[in-house]
Amino acid sequence: MALTISRAIVDAILEQSRAEYPDECCGVILGPVGADTPVRHKPMINAAHSPTFYEFDPKDLLALYREVDDRDEEIVVIYHSHTETEAFPSRTDIAYAGEPGAHYVLVSTREEIAPSTEFRSYRIVDGVVTEEEVSITD
Amino acid sequence: MSIEVRIPTILRPYTKDQKSVEANGATLSALIADLDAQYAGLGERLLENGALRRFINIYINDEDVRFLGGLEAALKDGDSITILPAVAGGSK
Repeated sequence: MALTISRAIVDAILEQSRAEYPDECCGVILGPVGADTPVRHKPMINAAHSPTFYEFDPKDLLALYREVDDRDEEIVVIYHSHTETEAFPSRTDIAYAGEPGAHYVLVSTREEIAPSTEFRSYRIVDGVVTEEEVSITD
Repeated sequence: MSIEVRIPTILRPYTKDQKSVEANGATLSALIADLDAQYAGLGERLLENGALRRFINIYINDEDVRFLGGLEAALKDGDSITILPAVAGGSK
Protein backbone atom coordinates (compact mmCIF):
# COMPACT_ATOMS: atom_id res chain seq x y z
CA MET A 1 0.00 0.00 0.00
CA ALA A 2 1.23 3.44 -0.84
CA LEU A 3 0.01 6.91 -1.63
CA THR A 4 1.22 8.58 -4.82
CA ILE A 5 0.63 12.32 -4.82
CA SER A 6 1.87 15.35 -6.73
CA ARG A 7 4.38 17.81 -5.29
CA ALA A 8 1.99 20.69 -6.08
CA ILE A 9 -0.74 19.25 -3.84
CA VAL A 10 1.68 18.42 -1.02
CA ASP A 11 2.98 22.01 -1.13
CA ALA A 12 -0.55 23.44 -1.17
CA ILE A 13 -1.50 21.42 1.93
CA LEU A 14 1.63 22.48 3.82
CA GLU A 15 0.94 26.08 2.81
CA GLN A 16 -2.65 25.79 4.10
CA SER A 17 -1.46 24.34 7.40
CA ARG A 18 0.86 27.32 7.92
CA ALA A 19 -1.81 29.83 6.89
CA GLU A 20 -4.34 28.40 9.34
CA TYR A 21 -1.87 27.95 12.20
CA PRO A 22 -2.43 27.71 15.17
CA ASP A 23 -5.71 26.02 14.20
CA GLU A 24 -5.67 22.60 12.60
CA CYS A 25 -6.41 22.74 8.89
CA CYS A 26 -8.26 20.04 6.97
CA GLY A 27 -9.47 19.00 3.56
CA VAL A 28 -9.78 16.26 1.00
CA ILE A 29 -8.26 15.21 -2.29
CA LEU A 30 -10.69 13.73 -4.75
CA GLY A 31 -10.15 11.43 -7.69
CA PRO A 32 -12.05 9.31 -10.21
CA VAL A 33 -13.96 6.37 -8.67
CA GLY A 34 -11.80 3.27 -8.35
CA ALA A 35 -8.52 4.81 -9.51
CA ASP A 36 -7.06 5.49 -6.03
CA THR A 37 -5.43 8.61 -7.49
CA PRO A 38 -5.69 11.96 -5.72
CA VAL A 39 -6.10 14.70 -8.34
CA ARG A 40 -8.47 17.41 -7.13
CA HIS A 41 -7.42 19.18 -3.95
CA LYS A 42 -10.27 20.69 -1.97
CA PRO A 43 -9.42 22.51 1.25
CA MET A 44 -12.27 22.41 3.79
CA ILE A 45 -13.14 24.77 6.62
CA ASN A 46 -12.32 23.49 10.09
CA ALA A 47 -15.68 24.19 11.72
CA ALA A 48 -14.12 23.61 15.15
CA HIS A 49 -11.57 26.45 14.59
CA SER A 50 -9.32 24.77 17.13
CA PRO A 51 -5.61 24.01 17.54
CA THR A 52 -6.46 20.50 18.82
CA PHE A 53 -9.56 19.46 16.90
CA TYR A 54 -10.96 19.55 13.39
CA GLU A 55 -14.38 18.83 12.01
CA PHE A 56 -16.01 19.41 8.63
CA ASP A 57 -19.19 21.43 8.98
CA PRO A 58 -22.14 18.99 8.55
CA LYS A 59 -23.58 21.13 5.73
CA ASP A 60 -20.23 21.24 3.92
CA LEU A 61 -19.92 17.48 4.42
CA LEU A 62 -23.25 16.76 2.70
CA ALA A 63 -22.40 19.17 -0.13
CA LEU A 64 -19.04 17.46 -0.55
CA TYR A 65 -20.56 13.97 -0.84
CA ARG A 66 -23.19 15.23 -3.32
CA GLU A 67 -20.50 16.91 -5.43
CA VAL A 68 -18.31 13.82 -5.39
CA ASP A 69 -21.25 11.62 -6.45
CA ASP A 70 -22.28 14.00 -9.24
CA ARG A 71 -18.76 14.03 -10.66
CA ASP A 72 -18.17 10.26 -10.37
CA GLU A 73 -15.37 10.89 -7.94
CA GLU A 74 -14.46 9.49 -4.58
CA ILE A 75 -12.64 10.81 -1.55
CA VAL A 76 -9.12 9.48 -2.00
CA VAL A 77 -7.39 11.42 0.77
CA ILE A 78 -8.67 13.01 3.99
CA TYR A 79 -6.02 15.21 5.56
CA HIS A 80 -5.53 17.44 8.56
CA SER A 81 -2.66 19.11 10.34
CA HIS A 82 -1.26 18.64 13.80
CA THR A 83 0.26 21.95 14.80
CA GLU A 84 2.18 20.94 17.92
CA THR A 85 2.50 17.18 17.73
CA GLU A 86 3.77 14.43 15.48
CA ALA A 87 1.98 13.60 12.22
CA PHE A 88 0.58 10.37 13.64
CA PRO A 89 -3.12 9.61 14.18
CA SER A 90 -4.31 10.44 17.69
CA ARG A 91 -6.84 8.35 19.59
CA THR A 92 -9.47 10.85 18.48
CA ASP A 93 -8.45 10.53 14.84
CA ILE A 94 -8.72 6.75 15.06
CA ALA A 95 -12.05 6.80 16.88
CA TYR A 96 -13.69 9.06 14.27
CA ALA A 97 -12.09 7.64 11.13
CA GLY A 98 -15.18 6.81 9.08
CA GLU A 99 -13.83 6.18 5.58
CA PRO A 100 -12.14 2.77 5.42
CA GLY A 101 -11.23 3.30 1.75
CA ALA A 102 -9.45 6.63 2.22
CA HIS A 103 -5.82 7.49 2.82
CA TYR A 104 -5.62 9.50 6.03
CA VAL A 105 -2.86 12.06 5.63
CA LEU A 106 -1.43 13.97 8.57
CA VAL A 107 0.95 16.85 8.28
CA SER A 108 2.90 18.48 11.04
CA THR A 109 4.49 21.89 11.01
CA ARG A 110 5.46 21.79 14.70
CA GLU A 111 8.19 24.14 15.72
CA GLU A 112 10.88 21.70 16.81
CA ILE A 113 11.24 20.23 13.32
CA ALA A 114 11.07 23.59 11.45
CA PRO A 115 11.87 24.40 8.73
CA SER A 116 11.25 20.79 7.77
CA THR A 117 7.76 19.31 7.87
CA GLU A 118 6.11 15.92 8.07
CA PHE A 119 3.68 14.53 5.52
CA ARG A 120 2.60 10.97 6.36
CA SER A 121 -0.18 8.71 5.21
CA TYR A 122 -2.17 5.96 6.93
CA ARG A 123 -5.02 3.56 6.48
CA ILE A 124 -7.38 3.47 9.44
CA VAL A 125 -9.74 0.49 9.35
CA ASP A 126 -11.69 -0.81 12.35
CA GLY A 127 -9.44 1.08 14.73
CA VAL A 128 -6.23 -0.33 13.24
CA VAL A 129 -3.67 2.17 11.90
CA THR A 130 -1.27 1.13 9.14
CA GLU A 131 1.29 3.62 7.90
CA GLU A 132 2.04 3.53 4.19
CA GLU A 133 4.71 4.95 1.94
CA VAL A 134 4.19 8.34 0.34
CA SER A 135 5.57 8.75 -3.14
CA ILE A 136 5.70 12.37 -4.32
CA THR A 137 5.78 13.02 -8.04
CA ASP A 138 6.93 16.22 -9.77
CA MET B 1 -44.83 4.66 3.03
CA SER B 2 -41.31 4.26 1.77
CA ILE B 3 -38.24 6.29 2.55
CA GLU B 4 -34.89 5.93 0.82
CA VAL B 5 -31.92 5.76 3.17
CA ARG B 6 -28.42 6.25 1.77
CA ILE B 7 -25.85 4.23 3.67
CA PRO B 8 -22.19 5.30 4.00
CA THR B 9 -19.39 2.87 3.09
CA ILE B 10 -18.48 2.19 6.70
CA LEU B 11 -22.00 0.94 7.52
CA ARG B 12 -22.53 -1.12 4.36
CA PRO B 13 -21.36 -4.34 6.03
CA TYR B 14 -24.71 -4.14 7.86
CA THR B 15 -26.74 -3.71 4.65
CA LYS B 16 -25.07 -6.45 2.59
CA ASP B 17 -23.13 -3.73 0.77
CA GLN B 18 -26.23 -1.93 -0.44
CA LYS B 19 -25.63 1.81 -0.91
CA SER B 20 -29.26 2.61 -0.46
CA VAL B 21 -32.08 0.81 1.37
CA GLU B 22 -35.79 1.38 1.96
CA ALA B 23 -37.31 1.85 5.38
CA ASN B 24 -40.46 3.14 7.04
CA GLY B 25 -41.31 5.34 9.99
CA ALA B 26 -43.30 8.44 10.83
CA THR B 27 -40.37 9.83 12.77
CA LEU B 28 -36.62 9.42 12.56
CA SER B 29 -36.74 7.37 15.74
CA ALA B 30 -39.26 4.93 14.20
CA LEU B 31 -37.24 4.78 10.99
CA ILE B 32 -34.06 3.85 12.87
CA ALA B 33 -35.99 1.13 14.72
CA ASP B 34 -37.19 -0.23 11.37
CA LEU B 35 -33.66 -0.10 9.94
CA ASP B 36 -32.36 -2.00 12.94
CA ALA B 37 -35.11 -4.61 12.56
CA GLN B 38 -34.10 -5.15 8.92
CA TYR B 39 -30.34 -4.85 9.42
CA ALA B 40 -29.43 -6.02 12.91
CA GLY B 41 -26.83 -3.86 14.63
CA LEU B 42 -27.27 -0.80 12.43
CA GLY B 43 -29.30 1.01 15.09
CA GLU B 44 -26.48 0.82 17.57
CA ARG B 45 -24.13 2.51 15.12
CA LEU B 46 -26.51 5.48 14.92
CA LEU B 47 -27.62 5.75 18.53
CA GLU B 48 -25.86 5.85 21.85
CA ASN B 49 -27.88 5.68 25.08
CA GLY B 50 -30.99 6.45 23.08
CA ALA B 51 -29.61 9.63 21.50
CA LEU B 52 -28.12 10.28 18.08
CA ARG B 53 -24.39 9.69 18.07
CA ARG B 54 -22.41 12.92 18.05
CA PHE B 55 -20.20 11.91 15.13
CA ILE B 56 -22.84 10.51 12.84
CA ASN B 57 -24.67 13.04 10.68
CA ILE B 58 -28.17 12.27 9.46
CA TYR B 59 -29.91 14.46 6.91
CA ILE B 60 -33.55 14.52 5.84
CA ASN B 61 -33.44 15.63 2.24
CA ASP B 62 -30.82 18.38 2.53
CA GLU B 63 -31.29 19.33 6.15
CA ASP B 64 -29.30 18.18 9.19
CA VAL B 65 -31.78 16.44 11.54
CA ARG B 66 -30.33 18.36 14.46
CA PHE B 67 -32.24 21.36 13.10
CA LEU B 68 -35.41 19.35 12.50
CA GLY B 69 -36.05 17.98 15.97
CA GLY B 70 -33.50 15.17 16.03
CA LEU B 71 -35.03 11.76 16.67
CA GLU B 72 -38.53 13.29 16.75
CA ALA B 73 -38.16 14.76 13.25
CA ALA B 74 -41.26 13.91 11.18
CA LEU B 75 -40.90 11.90 7.98
CA LYS B 76 -43.19 11.59 5.01
CA ASP B 77 -43.43 9.35 2.00
CA GLY B 78 -40.78 10.19 -0.55
CA ASP B 79 -38.31 11.74 1.89
CA SER B 80 -34.71 10.84 1.37
CA ILE B 81 -32.36 10.19 4.29
CA THR B 82 -28.59 10.43 4.04
CA ILE B 83 -26.31 9.07 6.75
CA LEU B 84 -22.70 10.29 6.79
CA PRO B 85 -19.97 9.76 9.35
CA ALA B 86 -18.52 13.06 10.53
CA VAL B 87 -15.07 13.86 9.25
CA ALA B 88 -13.37 14.88 12.45
CA GLY B 89 -10.39 14.27 14.67
CA GLY B 90 -7.65 16.13 16.42
CA SER B 91 -4.34 15.96 18.14
CA LYS B 92 -5.71 15.21 21.61
